[in-house]
Amino acid sequence: MKFSLRTLFTQGLSGHTGWGPQWRTPEPKPEYDAIIVGGGGHGLATAYYLAAEHGVRNVAVLEKGWLGGGNTGRNTTIIRSNYLWDESAAIYEHAVKLWEGLSQELNYNVMYSPRGVMMLAHTIHDVQVFKRHVHANRLNGIDNEWLTPGEAREFCPPLNISANVRYPILGAALQRRGGTARHDAVAWGYARGASARGVDIIQNCEVTGINRDAAGAVTGVETSRGTIRSRKIGVVAAGHTSVLMGMAGVRMPLESYPLQALVSEPVKPVFPCVVMSNTIHAYISQSDKGELVIGAGTDAYTSYSQAGGLHIAAHTLDAICEMFPMFRRMRMLRNWGGIVDVTPDRSPIIGKTPVPGLFVNCGWGTGGFKATPGSGHVFAATIARDDPHPIAAPFTLERFRTGRLIDEAAAAAVAH
Amino acid sequence: MLIIPCPHCGPRPENEFRYSGEAHVVRPADPETLDDAALAELLYMRSNPKGRHAERWRHIHGCGWFFNCIRDTVTDRIERTYPAGTAP
Repeated sequence: MKFSLRTLFTQGLSGHTGWGPQWRTPEPKPEYDAIIVGGGGHGLATAYYLAAEHGVRNVAVLEKGWLGGGNTGRNTTIIRSNYLWDESAAIYEHAVKLWEGLSQELNYNVMYSPRGVMMLAHTIHDVQVFKRHVHANRLNGIDNEWLTPGEAREFCPPLNISANVRYPILGAALQRRGGTARHDAVAWGYARGASARGVDIIQNCEVTGINRDAAGAVTGVETSRGTIRSRKIGVVAAGHTSVLMGMAGVRMPLESYPLQALVSEPVKPVFPCVVMSNTIHAYISQSDKGELVIGAGTDAYTSYSQAGGLHIAAHTLDAICEMFPMFRRMRMLRNWGGIVDVTPDRSPIIGKTPVPGLFVNCGWGTGGFKATPGSGHVFAATIARDDPHPIAAPFTLERFRTGRLIDEAAAAAVAH
Repeated sequence: MLIIPCPHCGPRPENEFRYSGEAHVVRPADPETLDDAALAELLYMRSNPKGRHAERWRHIHGCGWFFNCIRDTVTDRIERTYPAGTAP
């Protein structure tokens, strides 16, 4: 069913009783041309582009829980592409360009809202780093501009630019094309598009083993719903990547950490943009439901607990209250954690592995949501052609052996 | 917040400590003889298990000593801690 004003009107005439499920719920077939392990945004996008752009339609997406129930449904939905290195800028900008047309492409409103992402500088070092980013981004044709504290407050009026705070604001970098999107809609939109093109989306199906033949190539997976055969397997499992790759005997340069977020009670529109402060670990925007969506830092230690320590969230709220004094009496509704897979250079790993037929897309760390369309797009091409997409090529697993790291850890000023 | 039993100082809150990654990653006696794959394994590859994990902590706001710790990464419960340089 195509969503349009006409469908809405005709459904309205029948009392909105005719809306069907947006994707099929098939039983797993014994064999597929490709299996994607992980039904989050990146996995579903991969399946969608495999079917839509490469004609690989006999595909299964295996999800151990429910669609978008992992980090896709747990993040703070920030989208931006103002990364320092050329390789990173290329992939994140590829994603932003896809975001811009995604609702039309999927015929599903992902509520992409380019309301501007402002990154605050609190120290001289921040100022130097952000100005360097602004120049690097401009060379790569990516919009990013430097704002004085006064200009920053003009863009975001609730901001406290007083000098009498612990971490005064010395300026900000603003990417106007950055913004947010609706996380659930991204997963559901890709699922709907993929399902309509023949992809089988199988929820509550946990992969428990990866089968290989005598030559070492993959032959399929063992799951909680039986054996499923395929010569191509793409692992897109975020925090659980090390566990899954271990089933094929591949060790990964990953550590999984809990990353927390929280939302406030809903209020009327008060916050016009996205503000990030890496130095004092706070990210904030307002959802269309009116909740303040606040992102905190990672815990100090690796964990799969999907919770995280309360002192981490409290630290972030200290920062929020200092930067935005008007939120001091807001009450928080919920907080939660997602498990993020962090690489040594804080750049993702996309591509082939030492095991023939096994592909991996992981290591997005604390900032994977923004890349969802781009990640799926280049990973689908990599799987379909059995050869890395040019944008994905620098992000190989091989780089940890060759030493060609893409060191955004130091460069992006991303809080890790 | 974890309560971590420092082998030297006793149980203390997590924010007195610094996490220092996987334990028992042995630095070879002659690293210059390693090939690229072995160096990648040493520097970057981590077991990152879902379950029992041997890890290092340092009591930076206490005795200053590194020590090892066995923790379950699903429940975050600490099984035990033991001095650096001793077997798990």
